Amino acid sequence: MARNISQSRRWGFTILAWGAALVIFFPILWTILTSFKTEADAIASPPKFLFFDWTVENYAEVQSRSPYFRHFMNSVIISVGSTLLGLVLAIPAAWSMAFQPGRRTKDLLMWMLSTKMMPAAGVLIPMYLMFRSFGLLDSRLGITVVLMLINLPIIVWMLYTYFREIPSEILEAARMDGASLRNEILHVLTPMAVPGIASTLLLNVILAWNEAFWTLNLTTSKAAPLTTFIASYSSPEGLFYAKLSAASTMAIAPILILGWFSQKQLVRGLTFGAVK
Amino acid sequence: MSMMLRGLMGACAVTALTLPAMAETLTIATVNNGDMIRMQKMSKPFTDANPDITLEWVTLEENVLRQRVTTDIATKGGQYDIVTVGNYEVPIWARQGWLLPLEDMGEEYDAADILPPISAGLSVDGKLYAAPFYGESAMIMYRTDLMEKAGLTMPERPTWEFIYDAARKMTDKEAEVYGICLRGKAGWGENMAFLTSMAHSYGAPWFDKDWKPQFSGEKWKKALTDYVTIMNEAGPPGASSNGFNENLALFQTGKCGMWIDATVAASFVSNPKESTVADKVGYALAPEGEKPQMWLWAWTLAIPSSTDAPDAAKKFVAWATSKAYTEQVAAAEGWANVPPGTRTSLYENPEYQQAAPFARPTLDSIMSADLQNPTSVEVPYIGTQWVGIPEFQALGTSVGQQFSAALAGQASVDQALQMAQQIAEREMAKAGYPK
Repeated sequence: MARNISQSRRWGFTILAWGAALVIFFPILWTILTSFKTEADAIASPPKFLFFDWTVENYAEVQSRSPYFRHFMNSVIISVGSTLLGLVLAIPAAWSMAFQPGRRTKDLLMWMLSTKMMPAAGVLIPMYLMFRSFGLLDSRLGITVVLMLINLPIIVWMLYTYFREIPSEILEAARMDGASLRNEILHVLTPMAVPGIASTLLLNVILAWNEAFWTLNLTTSKAAPLTTFIASYSSPEGLFYAKLSAASTMAIAPILILGWFSQKQLVRGLTFGAVK
Repeated sequence: MSMMLRGLMGACAVTALTLPAMAETLTIATVNNGDMIRMQKMSKPFTDANPDITLEWVTLEENVLRQRVTTDIATKGGQYDIVTVGNYEVPIWARQGWLLPLEDMGEEYDAADILPPISAGLSVDGKLYAAPFYGESAMIMYRTDLMEKAGLTMPERPTWEFIYDAARKMTDKEAEVYGICLRGKAGWGENMAFLTSMAHSYGAPWFDKDWKPQFSGEKWKKALTDYVTIMNEAGPPGASSNGFNENLALFQTGKCGMWIDATVAASFVSNPKESTVADKVGYALAPEGEKPQMWLWAWTLAIPSSTDAPDAAKKFVAWATSKAYTEQVAAAEGWANVPPGTRTSLYENPEYQQAAPFARPTLDSIMSADLQNPTSVEVPYIGTQWVGIPEFQALGTSVGQQFSAALAGQASVDQALQMAQQIAEREMAKAGYPK
């Protein structure tokens, strides 16, 4: 009897989990379906779910109008580049905060996080002027550095949390064995924190991939990533929902596939240290 | 001899390296609408005729484009050689020195052919600062079958009272058919475009001659009350979230009896590929109150003063806004698809008149728009569905939020007008008006 209750409860939770997953995924599913409709079917009322004339016309139109591959490569370079650059700076910073904390470490961490609360539009003009002066407008280098700076607080915070889980005695032992600071971080700490670093990397690549404010404002054409590609299909005067959906599907597909294959790492990274 | 050979080879190498560098790249910022996308596709003849010029297109959503281009031009970023701007921005930016005047556009350009209300809105001190690519006004698009069923005949230019009466009679809420669809979504270019032009028609200005906001006046109260009342009685549910696109979708799926909006919509609702009611659409001039409802918008191509390729940019602008380009589009895609609303010669063309049944009301609407005198009283600003001051984008959106709330039933008409008055007084004082 007890087993029956437990099984029905398990079924209940499974259905609930699937239901929640479907609700969360539905907007993406709807975007993908709309991308295969004609513009007339895209606005049909009542909406057509599966029974419509499937077409790949929108993908052909998007391909012919925009240099998708160039935007895609820019997205890859900017998101991966900014995350790797962030990790190079954040690993020593997080090491220092986790293993050599000072009196103000907590305050410093909070201050770093508070910079994320600043509205981006407030610093747009100064940033734009600096970019203009340094010749960084519409350059991959410029936007990579900006996205690195934006995500740095999150990278430091995540790594700090992971490093805190590692017993400091292991590092002390390495030091007693004569390991230099560089060797201690590179050959002792980093290998132990690989799962945490991997999930930090994945999450920040996704954040940088989806960043739209700075990429739209600081890039024009040469360095423009996929966010700019999507923005070019949005229109307040004219219904281009099917084409917009095709462009969105093409823009999110790479990151969706990356997320699907690395979901174990992502979940592990996000729940690391949550349960003790 | 070997010295000479080396010298020659060196010269060849330098020439080879310099040639690509001589090719100029024009970065063109544009909006995502049908006419602009068509221009992008049809620019090959221009690049064939000008092999030293390459075109780089940056297409953005209207509001993103506006913010992006404003930032770049104001800071002299120099990212764009040609920008797509509306006639609201052109005089403001020209006075700031942000745009180059468009003089010497070539003998064939025929600037005198540009429709006078359009060229007047793009000129400062007699100089043209932007070339119109396409122009629009407002008109009534209505379902001829529903109008007939209601036992009414649409006049060439109806009064507001006729519109309200027809809207009530055409409404069949059980069949999800609503007599009238109007913009309700908050924004200076959304509900405030319609409401500003409607209020002007009622004789209600934004400001008096001393720049004092006028929302506390009786005429604003009447205009907003009529708008909210008719939308509640004969408008679609959730109208406070509807902008141009939402109303277009409603009309195309047969849920609107009448729709008063930009003339550009006519080509969408009459396209059988997109619209289920394409063969049942009639057109009439925008309604009349103390003055006809006026609306004038043009998407134009302008050259920022920060460009480093002014001559090549001018060459492209002259090509894209020429009569020859119109003929090229007509030859490739038919006369119904040429960019409308900019040149007198287009409306004199019998082929265009035949292909575009909405040509006559479009021309009449544009010609009747008077940017200097949009309403029945004297005003210190220019503009029909907008007010030509830099503060209008922010102010119009704030006031639009109040009016959208009134439509949604979150505030009464009186409360919305009172709030609008307070906001406008505060913002105008902050901006230092009267100047």
